[in-house]
Amino acid sequence: MTATPGASPTILLVGHGMVGQRFLEAIARRGLTATHRVVVLCEEPRPAYDRVQLTSYFSGRTPEELSLTDREFLDTHGIELYLGDPAEAVDREARTVTARSGRVFGYDVLVLATGSYPFVPPVPNKDATGCFVYRTIEDLLAIEEYARSTATTGAVVGGGLLGLEAAGALKGLGLDAHIVEFAPRLMPVQVDEGGGAALLRTIEDMGLSVHTGVGTQEIVVGEDGAVTGMKLSDGSELATDMVVFSAGVRPRDQLARDCGLAVGERGGITVDERCRTVTDPHVFAIGECALAADGRVYGLVAPGYEQAETAAAAIAADGTDEMTFTGADLSTKLKLLGVDVASFGDAHGAGGDCLNVVYSDSRAGLYKKLVVGRDGTLLGGILVGDAEAYGTLKAFTGSVPPVPPESLVLPAGAGAPAQLGPAALPDDAIICSCNNVTKGTIRGAVTEHRCTTVPEVKKCTKAGTTCGSCVKVLGQLVTAELEASGVEVDKGLCGCFAQTREELYEIVHALRITSYRDLLDRYGRETARGGDGCEVCKPAVGSIIASLAPAIGASTYVLDDEQAALQDTNDHFLANLQKNGSYSVVPRIPGGEIAPEKLIVIGEIARDFGLYTKITGGQRIDMFGARVEQLPLIWTRLVDAGFESGHAYGKSLRTVKSCVGQTWCRYGVQDSVRMAIDLELRYRGLRSPHKLKSAVSGCQRECAEARSKDFGVIATASGWNLYVGGNGGATPRHADLLAQDLSDAELVRLIDRFLMFYIRTADRLERTSAWLERIPGGLDHVRDVVVHDSLGICDELEELMAAHVSHYRDEWAETVNDPEKLARFVSFVNAPDTPDPVVAFVPERDQIKPDLPLLTIGLRPADDALEGSATR
Amino acid sequence: MTLALETTDLKVRLRLAEDWFTVCDLSTLIPGRGVAALLPDGRQAAVFADRTGRLYAIDNRDPFTGAAVLSRGLTGTHQGRPFVASPLLKQRFDLESGRCLDDETVRVTAYEVKAA
Repeated sequence: MTATPGASPTILLVGHGMVGQRFLEAIARRGLTATHRVVVLCEEPRPAYDRVQLTSYFSGRTPEELSLTDREFLDTHGIELYLGDPAEAVDREARTVTARSGRVFGYDVLVLATGSYPFVPPVPNKDATGCFVYRTIEDLLAIEEYARSTATTGAVVGGGLLGLEAAGALKGLGLDAHIVEFAPRLMPVQVDEGGGAALLRTIEDMGLSVHTGVGTQEIVVGEDGAVTGMKLSDGSELATDMVVFSAGVRPRDQLARDCGLAVGERGGITVDERCRTVTDPHVFAIGECALAADGRVYGLVAPGYEQAETAAAAIAADGTDEMTFTGADLSTKLKLLGVDVASFGDAHGAGGDCLNVVYSDSRAGLYKKLVVGRDGTLLGGILVGDAEAYGTLKAFTGSVPPVPPESLVLPAGAGAPAQLGPAALPDDAIICSCNNVTKGTIRGAVTEHRCTTVPEVKKCTKAGTTCGSCVKVLGQLVTAELEASGVEVDKGLCGCFAQTREELYEIVHALRITSYRDLLDRYGRETARGGDGCEVCKPAVGSIIASLAPAIGASTYVLDDEQAALQDTNDHFLANLQKNGSYSVVPRIPGGEIAPEKLIVIGEIARDFGLYTKITGGQRIDMFGARVEQLPLIWTRLVDAGFESGHAYGKSLRTVKSCVGQTWCRYGVQDSVRMAIDLELRYRGLRSPHKLKSAVSGCQRECAEARSKDFGVIATASGWNLYVGGNGGATPRHADLLAQDLSDAELVRLIDRFLMFYIRTADRLERTSAWLERIPGGLDHVRDVVVHDSLGICDELEELMAAHVSHYRDEWAETVNDPEKLARFVSFVNAPDTPDPVVAFVPERDQIKPDLPLLTIGLRPADDALEGSATR
Repeated sequence: MTLALETTDLKVRLRLAEDWFTVCDLSTLIPGRGVAALLPDGRQAAVFADRTGRLYAIDNRDPFTGAAVLSRGLTGTHQGRPFVASPLLKQRFDLESGRCLDDETVRVTAYEVKAA
């Protein structure tokens, strides 16, 4: 079977990994996809994904989220992608490639991007059941399956970058995790002895067992052939149920060897400076399978990307540029198991004749080393435990920094550390080395392309879109550039307040301000003082006062006094305004659990008032079509039957969804309904910057969809995992794992802190998902604050929540017992018994729907509405 | 001396052609919050008081949705002038002129109103 090549020349790409995908993007950009047939053979069953972030699968990123391409890209450029169909043979004479399926493709240009394979040391039983490698999503799925079903202990062979990630993943899966490293320290390639010691301490503190300076001699198997342990070179034996080999990678060059292409002594397809194989001008090799012109094989994504661009330029041969690849920077910054590790430039001082500047605090797990030339040139360095300065230092590498090097590694507070911002960098400093973006390009994005936010700059320049380590510097640059170009970034809440919501929260809290007017007149913009505020800040301040009510001595009832005038109509009528001016009513059904008697009450009320009923996504029942004067009558009956407000109208906790959990479900491992009810009752009525949704699932099958919630809880065999920052709606986001295997009390305490920290620092109408993306440091910062109490505010956050819980009162019970408040629930102040005639309904599917009034905008004569009088 | 008595008895009155139509007691109005009044011809007015006690009245009907809800919007001050924002789609209306601040082609009726 031969696939007939069309009239146009064919580019055949073997391998669809990160570098392969980058190559496709590069040839598409150069217009080659329009003039060539492009065929891609991919061994894995899925298109290119972000292998750098592979481990994030275990913290909840789905394979789909890791994907680097989509159907649209491939279709737009007419790229033929064959998944699960690797190239098996190349006939260079006939210029054809045969795939595993038997398909044969002709080519004019062949690009090998076959990547690398994990090196597995040749020890006995290395292929036994329970032995894995750590390279693809499929590997991870297999590890996860085995860890959950069979293993309680796991050992990783290799203490490098991937080994540490693999060990962290095993620990996250609930295993006792061991790391076996032949070298005398962890991450021997990136860090030196001092850095290794700092790293070791931190890794051991996390509960991982580290064995350095020992090799693996044999995998020990039981009678069933499955792993039971490993024999080490020091004579000891380590009992383990599974082994993950992560001892480095080797270039995948077998295909090239088989067709007679030259390969290096230690592997790698030999290419020239334009990434063309030295053997055959029709064949290129890029990425981890290539032995570059400088005699090295690069295992990092940034050089691979550069090679992809170089090969694309050579194939285009349009003379616009003569890109070459002669070597690359091996700088890396990683967050391993929560520890920052970075190395850049000549980190080991290999060039000789240089000095080291070292700061080390092994108690704090900190190690920082700079390598400096005799003339003061920064040559490279290693940072462990705190890589904050990485972006700046790397950009200064090769030049003499404007401040003494020691001031760059001292921690804040020790001496007077230099505040060397990115503003000091030259324009040609590379900020994003994954995508080779300079400071000048980023500045240009702001000044010429009018980007004003980091996401815009990322989109415009691609900076920060691969490993993300430069995003912090990116943010500083964008802000500096905006300020320099005179763009005043007004972060104020609205035209009335120059402060952000967070700043107003602090003012209200610290000064115990309980009156909106007081706040406006004292802290509002000059022009707004003495006025009536606006529809933006009134509800925002109303919400802050409500959130802090017990702590600042304000009423906890949102309809009291001046607070009533701050509430949006929904909060003012404690119901949800619908398009025709009627309201909907949602009583609280905690956890979605409801007894038949209560269901009947809801049914009777809906029937008696002629309401439209619908089951909500939050496992409760919404009753639509109530006129404002009906609300107290409806709620009197609901309160009598034991219902309370569901706060469906408020920027506050909505529902905590649940699955039936352990009680009924054969898979359940915890009582998810009880936990959902407890959480819903704890946080009911909590006013926050935006609505809050939650869910509790009783097992990992996740039927309650907890990871689409602001805070979601998923049961594990030993407790609860807490996820935060999820969202459904228009911008879906899976929640991130904040902490795992929590007891009931630990779970509640963490949620208390998380919610109060969110309420304190979020912008108005900023959901937790957007908040997590915005705040500096993101999830890691939030974890530091609420788990490790890095700001020392956890006691206060817990006290605030405790005050909320103890002061909670049901707003509707309060309202139906207050004649003065009830008097507000009328359609007309001068005709309290007359219903609003605009609110009318017509039947549909055995229920009602609004009979909408005709709109007359645009039809009304201009003189129909005369100021100050009504003449008809 | 009947001043104190008069204060408590003050009524909010709306001008309809030649007559002043009584809406409610002045004390019923919460500053920053509106009430709706049913007029003799079936139309509706939204009546507001600002924090200084000044009164405003405009048609209650939100021209963008047809719903009679402007009385339930939040009020504010924009460039020194009072406004109400519709609770449905948030368009703002000048309380003195009835002009929509977000769409200059739209205007609602504004009424003369006083406390007496």
